[in-house]
Formats: sequence, structure tokens, C-alpha cells
Amino acid sequence: MHIVVCIKQVPDSAQIRVHPVTNTIMRQGVPTIINPYDLFALEEALRLRGAHGGEVTVLTMGPPMAEDALRKALTYGADRAVLLTDRCFAGSDTLATSFALSRAIVRIGETFGAPDIVFAGKQTIDGDTAQVGPGIAKRLGLLQFTYVAKIASIDLDAREITVKRRSEGGMQMLKSRLPCLITMLEGTNEIRRGSLDDALRAARSQIVKWSAAEAGIEDLTKCGLRGSPTVVKRVFAPTTRAEKATQIDMTDKTQHGVADELIAAIFTRQPALEHELAFDGGQ
Amino acid sequence: MLKAKREAPPSAGRGGIKKELPEHFKDYRHVWVFIELERGEVHPVSFELLGEGRKLADKLGIQLAGIVLGPPGDATQHAVAEAFAYGADLVYLVEAPLLADYRNEPFTKAMTDLVNAHKPEILLLGATTLGRDLAGSVATTLLTGLTADCTELDVDVDGSLAATRPTFGGSLLCTIYTLNYRPQMATVRPRVMAMPPRTDKPVGHVIRHKLSMTEEEIITKVLGFNLDRQSAKANLAYADIVVAGGLGLGSAENLQLVTNLARAIGAEYGCSRPLVQKGWMPADRQIGQTGKTIRPKLYIAAGISGAIQHRVGVEGADLIVAINTDPNAPIFDFAHLGIVTDAIRFLPALTEAFTRRLSPHSHDKLAS
Amino acid sequence: MIEEEFDAIVVGAGMSGNAAAYTMARQGLTVLQLERGEYPGSKNVQGAIMYADMLEQIIPDFRNDAPLERHLVEQRFWLMDDTSHTGMQYRSDDFNEAKPNRYTIIRAQFDKWFSRKVREAGATVLCETTVTDLVRNAKGKVIGVRTDRAGGPIYADVVVLAEGVNGLLGTRAGLRKMLKPQSVALAVKEMHFLPDEVIEQRFGLQGDEGCVIEAAGTISRSMAGLAFLYTNKESISLGIGCLVSDFAKTMESPYVLLDAFKNHPSIRPLIAGSEVKEYSAHLIPEGGYKAIPQLFGDGWVAVGDAAQLNNAIHREGSNLAMTSGRIAGEAIIEIKGRNQPMIRRNLALYKTMLDKSFVVKDLRKYKDMPALIHTNSRNFFMTYPQLMSQAAQNFMRVDGTPKIEKEKATTAAFIKARSRWGLISDVVRLALAWR
Repeated sequence: MHIVVCIKQVPDSAQIRVHPVTNTIMRQGVPTIINPYDLFALEEALRLRGAHGGEVTVLTMGPPMAEDALRKALTYGADRAVLLTDRCFAGSDTLATSFALSRAIVRIGETFGAPDIVFAGKQTIDGDTAQVGPGIAKRLGLLQFTYVAKIASIDLDAREITVKRRSEGGMQMLKSRLPCLITMLEGTNEIRRGSLDDALRAARSQIVKWSAAEAGIEDLTKCGLRGSPTVVKRVFAPTTRAEKATQIDMTDKTQHGVADELIAAIFTRQPALEHELAFDGGQ
Repeated sequence: MLKAKREAPPSAGRGGIKKELPEHFKDYRHVWVFIELERGEVHPVSFELLGEGRKLADKLGIQLAGIVLGPPGDATQHAVAEAFAYGADLVYLVEAPLLADYRNEPFTKAMTDLVNAHKPEILLLGATTLGRDLAGSVATTLLTGLTADCTELDVDVDGSLAATRPTFGGSLLCTIYTLNYRPQMATVRPRVMAMPPRTDKPVGHVIRHKLSMTEEEIITKVLGFNLDRQSAKANLAYADIVVAGGLGLGSAENLQLVTNLARAIGAEYGCSRPLVQKGWMPADRQIGQTGKTIRPKLYIAAGISGAIQHRVGVEGADLIVAINTDPNAPIFDFAHLGIVTDAIRFLPALTEAFTRRLSPHSHDKLAS
Repeated sequence: MIEEEFDAIVVGAGMSGNAAAYTMARQGLTVLQLERGEYPGSKNVQGAIMYADMLEQIIPDFRNDAPLERHLVEQRFWLMDDTSHTGMQYRSDDFNEAKPNRYTIIRAQFDKWFSRKVREAGATVLCETTVTDLVRNAKGKVIGVRTDRAGGPIYADVVVLAEGVNGLLGTRAGLRKMLKPQSVALAVKEMHFLPDEVIEQRFGLQGDEGCVIEAAGTISRSMAGLAFLYTNKESISLGIGCLVSDFAKTMESPYVLLDAFKNHPSIRPLIAGSEVKEYSAHLIPEGGYKAIPQLFGDGWVAVGDAAQLNNAIHREGSNLAMTSGRIAGEAIIEIKGRNQPMIRRNLALYKTMLDKSFVVKDLRKYKDMPALIHTNSRNFFMTYPQLMSQAAQNFMRVDGTPKIEKEKATTAAFIKARSRWGLISDVVRLALAWR
């Protein structure tokens, strides 16, 4: 089977800094990583390849430096990497991104064989929208399963798939058909460590690089800023509240004394809480 | 008057894109809120959104509609009634057996057909697993803009929806517009908006719509549903009192101090992001931009520094108490009560003091 | 099973490893470089200052695209006591030249760039791959390595050990001894982020100009140590290092020292309002010439910190690392060109070439310095800084005391603290060691 995994290179959000004056992102020295949620999708794809044979192609859209993320994906064991990179993609929102990626997946299908499953992470850590996966599915007319916790079974001959999907308050068991798009839930597996062969192959692989034209995208009005219905009007830092926390002084007091003082302060500010606590709270 | 405002000179966006709403979008009107009905229950985020939708509709001088998609039966009728009780002016209802369980195909079909037939200006959904699954499909089918996980919704002077959401992992906020497309779609996570008051109102105008789809056309079948035994997710987001621990607790073992206090006062417990990354607590206990948003009456943060990404998840709390050794920790910028001390030593004292205060004996004394 | 055999395997992707891999790959050798970090530079910790001359000898046009932070126009040496510093400062517009001599760099970024150059030169670079063992043939010649990844071993004619100061590979293989605590320093470092205009304003810099402060004194609590502060574009690197043996003896914690340095009244205003994003610790070989271990053997050579090549007196390490890596590469190319085997006798060429370079010459010049500084650390790092500070303050403060008395008091204080003989001997020994 042929599996396409969509990944994204993201800045490690723990290390992002904001310029205190201009409120712009200071990118200097911020390392980039594969969006952590995408690794669950990649590992699931590699497991399916192990069970059913076939190939795993990783795809990303981004600047030329996104090649690092793809190479890393190859180190984990993916067979092929495609980088969709073109200045015309700059400023894409979720709709424009899903358009470009879906075109690239069509081209991947034409070039390397039609995919049976397209995987994506459940969301990215920089955008957090969780909308590109569903967007790709709709564009390609694929059946869509988001927040999948487990792929219970795949029958390649009958083209059938059964998945366990997280929903509010429970797990749905769904039976459907291939081809489909799956976004994997976090914590469902653990990314493998590629072998020395994988690492050597990854270091030497040619990454397939496609411009918009090479990916078969002719209608540039659907790409980048022009193809994005949403427009970012303003970026700003959250306003700070005028007053800071009222500090309960610790000097010359025991921890127990301060605890009593704090409880008194809580009940002064939220009188209703005391009754609720007395009746509902405790053991 | 309002119309005149909308024809005000277009403002250039960051990308230099001019506002120029195409003719065929100009009759899109009204604010819609998707009433999320799953397994007989309406997700509370739907009511929170009705509260926000009401404000937007009032500012624009238009109507607020609830969208109910569900199987024929009492639960669906109850959802319709609740939509009115939480402020809807009218309800669009698609009642069909195919909508008994959530599946992307019939729900996307029902929603897009409704939009194409009745043309809303704004469409709001909860950013739940269901809402996010549906919103992406609907927006892509309609080829319109979608702003996910908003923390604030407002109407601009020209009548556009100004949707504000955190960006770059919550370090900054950005305001996003969908200028030339309709409807303007946005999702909001549970608990980000306040729950509006419920008023007993009679069921008003209900516009029914048929689902033009048969079971044969739907490829995906539901085999079953396993209810979560105890949903920490729901409990944490909707708890009245929450106690959470951060890196300041020093070790996974010390999280006991948090759970002990939580048990003593009947609270839910959670943690900040680094603890989940360290594997000290499961992801569904994480509080913050990438975890749960909470709105309790009382929030006690122990050993949490208060990075912005945590802050946006707890700001809705009525009373925030912060315990941290660092007097300059950002958490003291948005907490109401602060104590500069080591949480590891203070939490046991606080647990004991609460227990003493809340014991039946002391309660009798207070009552007398 | 990896069938392929390489001309050379380089273990480590720091300055020395990159220099060696680049030099060899450029000349058409098949090179495999193995790095344990997530990416080249991710595990590398250094101030950091980069010396242009040594890099120019490897990549002449590096200024075109290397990620350089600021070129240095000013250097300050501070002798600190708890509340003051006595300083020497040199600043020159001559350093604003077309090809500046010294730059501050951020290693994570610089090493990534260097590694890209290595790959472009034709080497195969694998990250997140730790070499666990050296493979030897029946005669004991190193013929390859085993890694922590499944598969292997991989074979090569020669293995270049560029695994850094605490690389266990060479030690475990018995190629060199464990480091002695008295010949290695532990340095801790923080990155403080500030907008570039704030840095430029605080240090009186323009554009890409940079400034360095190096400080010694009571800050190291009488241990042999040095604190530093380097200006990058949008950040300040600052840190402090002391000998591991001293830390063990005094039970001091490097964190506490760094904290004290940051809160010193001379430093605090320079970093006020900054955001700390990175904390890192690193071992620095300080033993000098006398601690240089065996540098070559049958099928292997050691370069950079792995060979303890570090000039503690001038606080130069990366240039020695780069140069030793380059020379090792050149020696291997030379031997290969002669179609000779990579055995001990032939690889001695590396040592011969290194001996002729500034690397060993500099280290030999200061061969007695480490021992002197370390055995007298209390005088050099506690007594003298305090005396200097008292003397300077005595000199500055106008309080009606006759100047002649002030001078007498200063002299008396020096003699009292160190005795006339002690003073003279310190000066003589310092001069001898420097010579």
C-alpha cells in the first residue's frame, strides 16, 4: 500500500521569544522540529507498511529549510520525501494550505502511485487549528477520520478499514473504506528509532522538491495570501491586568498561619464558596 | 445606518488585500451557532457560543439562529428548546435518522446544504473533536475562511467579524478577518466564553430542512461507542474548583500534594504543560492554550510560573490564587491572591487548614 | 549489514570534527561523520568566540554565509571583588576592518552552517547516532565503529575521534586516560535575550560591533576560574567556569557562582530586563601542554577537546580544535595519497604537523601556567582582586587623607596579605610561566 504522511516543520514553541517593543517573533536561535503530533501519524504509517507492505511518502509544504524535517522523517524510516516549496505559498491560511497540499498529493499519486491512506497529525503546535487535515480530505474527496486512537483493521482486498476514533465522552468505532484521510491522536504510539541503514539512506536521499508548477498547480489565485480568505489584521501581546496579585505576607508567620489567612481571604472574596465547600467538598 | 457603515471605504489588510465583498455574498445575514448534540446531550460549549452569538447579532442588528442536527426524538427536541432558552431567535433543524451518531459525511452535507439555502453571515462552532472535524470539512466545501480556537469575537466598524486567537503557541494574539467570503466561520474552545444565563422561553420559530442523503450514500458505518468511564476532560473544564501544579513542585511524587488538596476540597486537579511533557501527568490534565481552558470559581496554582500559554487557559477563573517561590513569576501578574513561598511546604498546611475549616464540627459552629 | 567501507569515520560534529570531515571530503575522501546530538551543534556548548584566521584556512569565503553574530571591537578585562571591578579595556576602530579577526557566534547556528558545508563537500553526516564502540582487527588496529542504531558495524581505514572533552569512546577503548579533575573546568552558561538596540546602547556598539568582558576575582570564591560575557546580535552569553577539582573541594555549586556573577553590581545593569532561554554546562580541558594525551594510534587520531587541545590562558579552544581537525585531515590525505596504511607509524605525521603549528607551540609556551594558577588560586582569584579593588578605591576616594599615606596604605595592604617574598615570587613565577 502507498501511504502519504503530511508533516510540518514548526518552531519549538517552548523557545519562542517575543520582542518586548515591537511584538514580533524573535526567531534567532529558535530550533525547529517536526510538529510533535505528526510523529504519531508517521509512526502509524510505518507500522502499517510493516504489516501490509508498500511505501511511505512524507510531504511537507514550507521554506527550503523544511528539508531538515523531511530528512529526519526519512531517518525514522520513510521511503520518500516531497518538499512543496514556492514563494507563492507564503501567507497561506488553512484553506490555501489544504489546496496546495491536496494538489501535491494528486501529483504524488500520479508519480508514485495513488495513496491508500493520507495521514496528518491532529493539529500543529504553532497554528493549533486542526483544520488542514479535514481540508485536504474534502479537497481530495477522501473519507475523513480525525482523532483516531487506533486503526483496528485494514483489509486491502476489500478496501475496508476499521478505526477507533476519539469523540467527546467516548470512543467511536467506525468502519469505512479506503482511500481515506486519518489524523492521529497523540500518545497512540511512539516514534521508532531508525536503523543505521535508514539513517545512511536518509542522509543520501534526494528530497523531491516541487514548485507550484511542478506540483501541477496552475491556479495561483488559490495559493498563499491570495488564496486565503482569512487575513491577519493585527498581532499584539496580551494586555496585562492593571493590578497585580494581593500578596499575603509570609514574614514571621507559620505555614499554617498563612494557610488560615489565605482561606479567610478566599472566602471574603468568594463568600458563596464557603457554603458550597462545606456541603459538597471534603472526602 | 448599519448598511452605510458596511459600505465604508475598505481597509487594507496586512497582505494588502482590499475588502470587496462579491455581490453574491451580500445577502448573507444572521449569526448561526451550531448546537452540538451527541448521544442525546448538548455540549455546553454550544450555549457559551449562543451567549457570544447574541452579542454579535445585537451589534449587527441581525438575528441569532441555533443549528440543530439530530435524529428524530426527544433529545433533538430538547436541544431545540435549549437553544431558545439560551438566546436563539430561531432554530434551523435538520431531523433525520442518519444524524443519530456523528459522522462527517451526513453532518457536512446537512450543514453545507443549510448554509447554501439560508446564507448566514457568521457561523460559530465549538472547537471540540466533533466541531473541529465538521468545521474543516464545511469551510473547505464552502471555500470560505475559518478561524480556529478563538478567544475573543467582536464586530468591526465595517461589520466584519473580528476573530482573535492566540498565535505562536500562545505568546501573541492575532485578530483575523474573513473579508471577501461568507459565511465567516470561527471555532471556540469550551469554557473560553462565559456561560450565558438560561431563561425559560417558549420554543420559537423553527425552520425545518430535509437531509437529502440516504444511508446507502454514506460509506462510513458506526460499529459502536465506548463511553469513557470517567471523563477527566469534561470534569476539569467545567469544575468549580481546580488545583494545579507546575514545575515548582520539583518531582512527580510531589503531585500528591496537589491531588490531596483537591480531594480535601472536592476540586479537580490539573497541571501546566511542562509536566505533561515530562510525563508526570496525562495530557488530558493539562491546563492552558494547548490543553484545557478552565473557568472555575476558584483556581489554585502551585509552583506554576504562569507563561502566557498557561495564562490564556485560566484567565476566566473568578479567583486565582498563586503559590510560587519567585516573587517575579508572571503568574502574580494575573492572579488575585499571591503567596511567595515553596508550594511543597505550603500545600500540606493549606490542605490541613481547609480540612479543619470544613469539618462538620466547625461548620456547625459557623452556622450557629 | 553495511557493506560499504569509508576512507574515514569522524566521530563528533563540533569544530574539530567538522574541520576534519570538511578537509577530507573536499579532497575526495569518502567520509562518514557521526554525531550523537539531534543536529550538529545541539550538544555543543561554547561562549562563543570564533577566530577568523583559523576558519579562513579551511573555508576562505566563510564570511559570505556563515551565521556570525558580532565582530569584536572591544575587550574588557575585569578584576572583580564583591562590589567593584578594576578594569582594563581595549577598544579600537581598527577592528572594524573588511575581514574582522574575531566574531561572537552562537554555536547551535554556526555548527549547523559548518555541517552543511561538510555535507556539501561530500561527507555523509548522521545525527542522533552515538558511537558505542571501536571495532579492531586481530592486530588491534581500529577498523570501524559500532553505533547505538540497529545494524552495523561500519568500517573505515581510519577513525577521527572528535567526540569532545568528555567523550567516553576513546577512554573506554583505552586510547586515553580518564580526565583528571584538576585538568578540566566546568563552565556554566546562560543566554540572555535582549533586543539588539538595547545591547548596542548598553555597550556603546553600532551595527554588528561586539564587546567581550572577561572577569576574574572573588566571583570564583578563591577557585581558579573565569567569568565571561559576550554580546551576540540579540542576546548576551554569560557564564563562569572553575576547575572541577576546586568545585569538589569547596563544595561550591556553579549555579550559585553564576547567580552571584549575574547579580554583581557591575553586571546586573548590563543584562537587566533580559529573558533567559538557555542554560547549559560544559567541560573545558584546562591541563594545557602537559595534559595532552596520546594523539594517534593504529587506525585512529584524536583532535580538538578530545585531545585536550585548549589554551586556557588565552581562553582559546575552538581555533585549536579547528586547526587540529584540519591538520589531522591533511595528514590523512597525505598518507592516503602515498597509498600507505593508516597505522601508528604513518599517522605520527599528524603529530609532527601539529607540533609545527601554533596549536602545540602556544600550549608549550604556557606549559607551567595551569599548575601555577591552580596551586595559587587563592592568591590570584581572591587576595589580589580584593587588594586591587581596595587600592583603586583608596586612590579614587577623596576624603582628606594625604596621598602619600594612601599609597603607603596600599603597599602595606599588599605586603600584609601576601608578604614581600610572596609578592615577588608570584610575579617571577608568573613571568616565567608566561615567557
